[in-house]
Amino acid sequence: MANGADIDSLGRLALFADLTRPELERITHSYDEEMFPEGQRVLRQGLSGSNLFVILDGEAAVVIDGVERLRIGRGEFFGEASAILGCPPTADVVATTSLRCLVVAAGDLERFLTDHPSVAVRMLKVEVQRLADTLQWLN
Amino acid sequence: MAELDPRPSPPGTYDAVVVGSGPGGLQAAYSLRRLGVNVAAISQDEAPGGMFRSLPIFGRLLSWSKPDAPAERGSREYEWYDHNSLLADEPEARALVPAEMDRTWAVPSREEMERGIAAFAERAGLPFRYGCRWEATRREDDGSLTLVTSDGEYRCRAAVFALGVTEPWKSDIPGVEDVPHYVDTGEPRSYEGKRVVVIGKRNSGFEIADGLLPWARQVLLVSPRPVQTSVLALSSVRVRYMQPLEDWGLGGGTFALDAAIERIEPTGGGVRVHATGTTRPCELVLDADAAVAATGFRTPLLDLPSLGVQTVAQGRIPALTAFWEAAGAPGVYFAGNATQGSAGLRKHGIGASSPAVHGFRYNARVLAGHLATTVFGRELSRPAVDDVAGFLGHELAHAPELWAQKAYLASVVELHGAPREGGIQPLAHFVDAAGPDALAATVETNASGEIYPVVYVRRAGRIEERVLDPDPLHAYDGAAYRAELEALATAK
Repeated sequence: MANGADIDSLGRLALFADLTRPELERITHSYDEEMFPEGQRVLRQGLSGSNLFVILDGEAAVVIDGVERLRIGRGEFFGEASAILGCPPTADVVATTSLRCLVVAAGDLERFLTDHPSVAVRMLKVEVQRLADTLQWLN
Repeated sequence: MAELDPRPSPPGTYDAVVVGSGPGGLQAAYSLRRLGVNVAAISQDEAPGGMFRSLPIFGRLLSWSKPDAPAERGSREYEWYDHNSLLADEPEARALVPAEMDRTWAVPSREEMERGIAAFAERAGLPFRYGCRWEATRREDDGSLTLVTSDGEYRCRAAVFALGVTEPWKSDIPGVEDVPHYVDTGEPRSYEGKRVVVIGKRNSGFEIADGLLPWARQVLLVSPRPVQTSVLALSSVRVRYMQPLEDWGLGGGTFALDAAIERIEPTGGGVRVHATGTTRPCELVLDADAAVAATGFRTPLLDLPSLGVQTVAQGRIPALTAFWEAAGAPGVYFAGNATQGSAGLRKHGIGASSPAVHGFRYNARVLAGHLATTVFGRELSRPAVDDVAGFLGHELAHAPELWAQKAYLASVVELHGAPREGGIQPLAHFVDAAGPDALAATVETNASGEIYPVVYVRRAGRIEERVLDPDPLHAYDGAAYRAELEALATAK
């Protein structure tokens, strides 16, 4: 059972902006929240069975082969590629502050997205933007 | 013969203080003492047992203890078949819960469990000071902790809180304050002929629904999240759900509704619940003669948040490191059910068994070893391993720690110099912390329910995961696995 403030906070994330309050309440009841202290690895490069994480509070670094590539924060998500494709992550994600995340298991992700199509569309837009950025960088 | 001190652990200065006399506190106190740590153990209760002195309400546990099993009772390997007894080195203090069972069921009754725990406390000679209430906590200038109690002050370098997840907790639904919590559920016969709304569709909600089926006129369970029947099918808690879910599935009068409750209003002698459907949009108005809030529990942290202890799950559980230390409050450790605040790798989304005795008893023993070596300067025995593949094969097939805490605890062999046992370690610690070349064996499971061994190889600071094939008889100590384990042990 979640408290009103947590549900309101979730609703302010872009990913969940189209959801009704009962839908948000269902998400907070269905998926766990996890907290990672600063310096803790959240996603581990090369290890199987990882999950999707949506940052509720705090910041994290995306690290590939020991080199930091990106900082991400509240509202952003990671782990989706390995969760969807069923392969180990290609990067570490490390908490750079105290980090609070919503965790969706890879096996639940498809249902999570089909249950909440507007979340799937918003996630797809982010993925397409990432792909466009990568292609532009390659060119 | 020396007489037992009726009020041991008086206020004073100790290496460590354990708070709580449920199974988590008993295991922590026992394991620390075995390693030579000077421990005070206090409890506000009058007797050991913790939550099992009164819960579960309907009196039957969910976790098995099989009096006869494939392994000999009292052996290490037997622990996997006995999920409820605490761990001891002395034969007379081992496997005490099955000894209390009348074998009506493969799971003990609450009374059998309480007696088994009390027998452990007595035979292990634990120095618990009962009736001693922890009231406040202070951080001293030298970093040590002072626990203020009803009997006086205890000073220590490490405090182990085994408080359970036992304080009734309610969500902030308007009107829920007047609804009795699960722990205040009346006698089943007091619900005779009534229509009852149960708020919550997890274990305690279904326990009430199951217990009231023979008495109530109708039971309506309400919460936003749908019941995950596919997950339940593989879980020991399914027994709580079967009858109410069958009733619901067949249209027999019980309802398990997916709805967010907006408010609860009193009516003349009953309640009216206003809710909105979640899996299927609809407005619901439910009139009932009685309601019960099966909304869960939280850890009674008292003033620990003021020392920096952070929480997860809407403030209900402390957020913990891999060795169960509070994130943000050095020296504050947890044992028992609250160790679920250290989630581990949560591979395939599957959590650890830390909310249950069979999982957290090992957490407590690993924590004791960690404190003894890192805080109190003790040396643990690390026997040589002459046959690494044989050792790992046996651990994968039989180590109760690995089977009870899948993908959470690992059995480690260190490979620098002559191979030595590295003991049982949190897997998250093994894969995240630097260390010498080593192998860590775990048993894991995936979303399909397959169980298979995994070996993590640490060489020159890098971790590689090797997933081995599952065996239909879990014979990981057999010849088929030996060659693969040998290759891992000798690879450069």
